[in-house]
Amino acid sequence: MNTFYADPGPRRGLAAWMMSTDHKRIGIMYLAALLLFFSIGALLGVLIRLNLISPGTFVQAHNYNRLFTIHGIIMIFLFIIPGIPASFGNFFLPLHIGARDVAFPRINRLSWWLYLAGAVVVLESLFFGGGPLDTGWTFYAPYSIQTRTNVSMAVFGVFILGFSSILTGLNFITTIHRLRAPGMTWHRMPLFAWTLYATGWVQLLATPTIAITLLLVILERFFGLGFFDPSKGGDPLLFEHLFWIYSHPAVYIMVLPAMGIISEVVPVFARKVIFGYRVVAYSALAIASVGYLVWGHHMFTSGMSDTARVVFSFFTFLVAVPSGMKVFNWLGTLYKGSIRLDAPLLFALSFIFLFSVGGLTGLIQSAVATNLHLHSTYWIVAHFHYVMFGGMGFSFLAALHYWFPKMFGRMYRERPAKIGWLVFFLGFNILYFSMFILGYNGMPRRYYDYPPQYFTGQLVSTIGSWVLAAGLIIIFRNLIVAFYRGPKAPDNPWGGSTLEWQVPSPPPRENFEEIPVITRGPYLFE
Amino acid sequence: MAEKEMTGSKDGEKHTGYTGAKFGMWFFLMTELIFFGGLFLLYSVYRSTYAADFHIAALDENIVIGSVNTVILITSSFTMALSISAVRKGDNRLSAWLQAGTIAMGCVFLVNKYFEWGDKIGRGIYPNSTLMMQKKKGEMLFYSLYYVMTGIHALHVIIGIGVIGAMLLLTRSGAINSGSFVKLENTGLYWHFVDMVWIYLFPLFYLVT
Repeated sequence: MNTFYADPGPRRGLAAWMMSTDHKRIGIMYLAALLLFFSIGALLGVLIRLNLISPGTFVQAHNYNRLFTIHGIIMIFLFIIPGIPASFGNFFLPLHIGARDVAFPRINRLSWWLYLAGAVVVLESLFFGGGPLDTGWTFYAPYSIQTRTNVSMAVFGVFILGFSSILTGLNFITTIHRLRAPGMTWHRMPLFAWTLYATGWVQLLATPTIAITLLLVILERFFGLGFFDPSKGGDPLLFEHLFWIYSHPAVYIMVLPAMGIISEVVPVFARKVIFGYRVVAYSALAIASVGYLVWGHHMFTSGMSDTARVVFSFFTFLVAVPSGMKVFNWLGTLYKGSIRLDAPLLFALSFIFLFSVGGLTGLIQSAVATNLHLHSTYWIVAHFHYVMFGGMGFSFLAALHYWFPKMFGRMYRERPAKIGWLVFFLGFNILYFSMFILGYNGMPRRYYDYPPQYFTGQLVSTIGSWVLAAGLIIIFRNLIVAFYRGPKAPDNPWGGSTLEWQVPSPPPRENFEEIPVITRGPYLFE
Repeated sequence: MAEKEMTGSKDGEKHTGYTGAKFGMWFFLMTELIFFGGLFLLYSVYRSTYAADFHIAALDENIVIGSVNTVILITSSFTMALSISAVRKGDNRLSAWLQAGTIAMGCVFLVNKYFEWGDKIGRGIYPNSTLMMQKKKGEMLFYSLYYVMTGIHALHVIIGIGVIGAMLLLTRSGAINSGSFVKLENTGLYWHFVDMVWIYLFPLFYLVT
């Protein structure tokens, strides 16, 4: 068989993978690494929850700060941000647009190496110097400049990860501009490619800001420059601005490709052309561009003029509009479709639900007055996890189930997948919805201990974390069994109409024997 | 061209061809622009907060060295551009000499920078020094910005020298020639970018006092 798993190159074993410039191999390696870091991050998350039903029994106060910091850094910088573009994007973008590889295959490999190097440096910071950092994943100055924990090394790791992200974005944009198959016009591209395009621009134009900011934190720690140190005339608020100028658009790096996956899964399982193709495509660009102008909403309580707060609040409301459009278009696609409720669609539907909860609660906190009440409470934590985990996480699992047969050439069992989904979905809501209530009642985030009136909420939330973990175990057990012993997958198990389903499972080495000539749009079902 | 790109083998950058490589370079320069943008943002904020301190601190800058370095860097951009024209006309030998000239000027720039920094550090003008801690806050921020911005710029000059050095070898071996010179052209773009950054740094630190 001429699959990309069989490599005729001179190298064997691990080197044949690490030195490969094949976008599919790189995608698979990213996927493995991402799942590893996701498991570590999830385990730390369960530990955080465990502490909160009995503060002090399992974790000491200072270690608790380190715990939520490492949980955040691993989940955000090692899992969610590279997440979908690096794994599924790498694997499917060239297939989707009818190309043999990305525009710069060697740069693609370089960005994979940089990702690994960044991950190693971040993890090393846990064991060297002052040990695991305790700043929270936001590295807010001036504390990040004063703490004795190993901020410099961790931040340097994130700096390297930034390069990896920039190069992936640069590669994807060039690929989409230059390597579309003949007849693959912009409006015949699958929507996943559209969202990767929008994401690529955000990666390209936002990431350098955090690169320079983190570099300054390192220099500040070594040379005492004073940029973010009030005792030397610097302004810590500038750090917050610079940090969020990247880190808010980064939210769209995480969620835009997730939306792309939903736009792929929903039409296939509703057996219908996507409703409002152009609206879904352009709304991705709209989210990417308006998403640049909202960073100030993270700082409503930090000290900004009223004018600035009103403007940032306005743009935050505005960015919800294109997101809402997407939700309505997915629902419009489902309407009167011949719906097949398979595992990928279940994950996709829960994305729509959870993302809507996350989005609507986001609107509540983007109003300046309510924000003052909700800022830095569990409400924010709940909102954030609904958008990120409920959004990107569920979409990631939708993609994993949708593309599993194509990537690995094997089928998984449908029943355990559905049971796993149900347990996971219930656990998710028990875990995070209680945080909305806790936060609304005033429970601050990142606190190690709390007054007794919050105990019930904390307990329910922690039980939810166990249910969620059980769901994840069922889901991944099912996929691992399928990986080793699943029956062989047909080329097109779901009846998809995009190009990746027209090639064998798993795809051959250079994707297409002959580059296809495209004569129609991406979603066409009988 | 398009036909060739489609059927290209998977190794290397053959997929993209000339236009793709240029796309990639321009995108990369955008990220560089924003990277420096963060520093220019800090400069503008602190300049507006501490205008008077910046004025005093900037008096210590040596306008002569700064001007000489500006002339050197602009001239090196000129030889860089000429070296690309030379390759396009098929004169690899001339191009190699022009690239060597560019590298030499980059090195002279760095040497001047070294003396400038060395002189300041010798007199105790650097962030967190006992001398600077006694002065006004804005003066130290000015010098923090000075060291970080010219330092990161100098780092880009060093990287540029390394890349031009590699191009020099490729030009001599004939791997860069009148039919395939996009690598050299992209290197030129990078070098011009580094030059442009200096053109903004020069007035901000030396002229506007």
